[in-house]
Amino acid sequence: MTAVAGAETLRTSAVTRTRRSHRGRLSGRQQIVLQILCLLITATVLFPIVWIFSLALDPRNLSRPDSLIPPGASLAAFARVIAKPTSDNIGLLELARNSFMLASTVALFSVLIGVLSAYAFSRLRFRGRELLMIVILGVLMLPAVATIAPLFIMLNGVKLDLPLLGHVALRTSLVGVGLAVVSGTLPFAIWNLKGYLDTIPKELEEAAAVDGCTRNQTFFKIVLPLATPALAVTGFLGFVAGWTEFYFVSIFLNDPSQGFTLSLALNKMVGAFGQTPWSDFAAFSILFAAPVSIVFFFFQKYIVGGLAVGGVKG
Amino acid sequence: MTAPAITLSQPRRRRRFSPDTRTAILYLLPAFLVMGVITFYPLLFQTWMSFTDFQLKNLSGKVQPNLVGVDNYIQIVQSKLNIPNFEFLRLLFFNLFWAFSNVIIHVILGVAIALLLNVNGLRFKKVYRALFILPVIIPPIIVATVWRHLFDKDNGAINMVIQGVGTLFRIPPDAFRIDWLGQVNDPISFIPLPLAFFALLTANTWLGWPLNSVVATGALQSVPPDLYEAAEMDGATAWQRFKVVTLPFLRPAMLPYAIYGFVVTFNLFYLSFFMSGGGPFGRTELFVTEAYKLVNDFQLYGMAAAFSVILFFLLLAITLVTNRLARATASYAD
Repeated sequence: MTAVAGAETLRTSAVTRTRRSHRGRLSGRQQIVLQILCLLITATVLFPIVWIFSLALDPRNLSRPDSLIPPGASLAAFARVIAKPTSDNIGLLELARNSFMLASTVALFSVLIGVLSAYAFSRLRFRGRELLMIVILGVLMLPAVATIAPLFIMLNGVKLDLPLLGHVALRTSLVGVGLAVVSGTLPFAIWNLKGYLDTIPKELEEAAAVDGCTRNQTFFKIVLPLATPALAVTGFLGFVAGWTEFYFVSIFLNDPSQGFTLSLALNKMVGAFGQTPWSDFAAFSILFAAPVSIVFFFFQKYIVGGLAVGGVKG
Repeated sequence: MTAPAITLSQPRRRRRFSPDTRTAILYLLPAFLVMGVITFYPLLFQTWMSFTDFQLKNLSGKVQPNLVGVDNYIQIVQSKLNIPNFEFLRLLFFNLFWAFSNVIIHVILGVAIALLLNVNGLRFKKVYRALFILPVIIPPIIVATVWRHLFDKDNGAINMVIQGVGTLFRIPPDAFRIDWLGQVNDPISFIPLPLAFFALLTANTWLGWPLNSVVATGALQSVPPDLYEAAEMDGATAWQRFKVVTLPFLRPAMLPYAIYGFVVTFNLFYLSFFMSGGGPFGRTELFVTEAYKLVNDFQLYGMAAAFSVILFFLLLAITLVTNRLARATASYAD
């Protein structure tokens, strides 16, 4: 339903662009009062962010910072966390590589499979359609924790020989974690993509059918190319879910060599608050958040509509 | 489903439906196979597990767990779990109240700030809108750890700001060494909520209102300006204009979003886990964090399964209400 709201937002933004009539109906004093209000809100929004940046750049590496603006700036904290973020013998680049592998696999997998189902739900009439959609919606509402115990037990016994990866014990590897994460991102992908496919005019496909296209040809030649932006957005949101995944990684993995991710290192730093220098924690947070936050910031126009339903599984 | 009725009255269309169904099966198969393995089967398996005493020693598969009937459920509901500070009813009410209080604040703030940024002639609107999106784009896990740091008793920014203000009034800084996340005594004597709840609420408010504001802004922009002019000419006050003109346009967008926000906040793992760790004495624990501990810290898998089944039905109830209210299953094909 939120995807619908998102589409609504997109549609209405065109309406507002055409009407920009009443300008400057505010008196000077009203303008000042409202500006002060807006600035206050800005201050609360920016405070934690500015604080973290100032800590990360603080050259003194204090355990107890004393001001919002540090005297001078240094990238020493960044260098430290890149080399060795926690007491575990694993560097930031390897953590990031593990997070990236997990995130990109999850994103690719859920979008590729999700778009097929989304198409069926959006365009085809079949018996049990509404029931299946309610099932998907129901699964979407479930938090990751809802299946944690059985997944843990099930994956625990499974060992597979996979191409490229070799001998893999599912529970203690990122492969198993990826499977568990997909259980959350796949229903989201289906739901989100269906919402987008609903907005593509049916006439295009009808025209293609008149020209002799089969269903499959219509899907691959007409619908998929048109859905590229939605595929990218859904893929990105799946990527974010994998990139920041903590729940399954922390329950499934117990040794850094099994593929520890950035989120586990972050957890370790928070657990050791007191010993962790604040500057290191701040620098690590920034490096962790930056890749997804920057993409998000520049493509927010496209993402926010689809985001509305995102992050369902904590 | 209206399809069977149509096929009866218009037999000519029947031929069109059956290939559709065949295509549908083909397109749905991959997703449902995957979900069968990683969602539906685990849910069934979990139901069986919830009637056993599955523990660490059963993990290898050599020792079968014992069937214990509904013992797990009874122990959970009667709060007789062998884990510290577990109280089922308190958990249930706290979790519901947590979700409810957050969503109310998010929606009100979100709408209010959307209205503020929608005022005609306000300067720098675009700058504000770009800045106010920042909490949305930062991954929640990092938001949670950063706020955990901000609320730190000894080195946190919140205490430092309060101490800074205090020194202006010549109050020694040690007077404000507030243990936001760990203080045992309730800050307001007649409200049974720990200080940690208010810290979590603050963090989640920061996190939550901006997206509500985006949704509200979208809805506000769909209000035809002539309606405001007409209302103004009829002599409506600002409040009346909001109630009669704006609200009917806000409701259809905000209501489903609020319900959705309720479910998300109900299951919000990161804040409770990273900020308060469920403390003090388990009083800011949520269902999701408690289940995490059952599996990860106590290895009581059977108990965790029963716990998740209870949570499943709770969420099912919420989802059914959501679906009824949002009418989201209507598709373009209808």
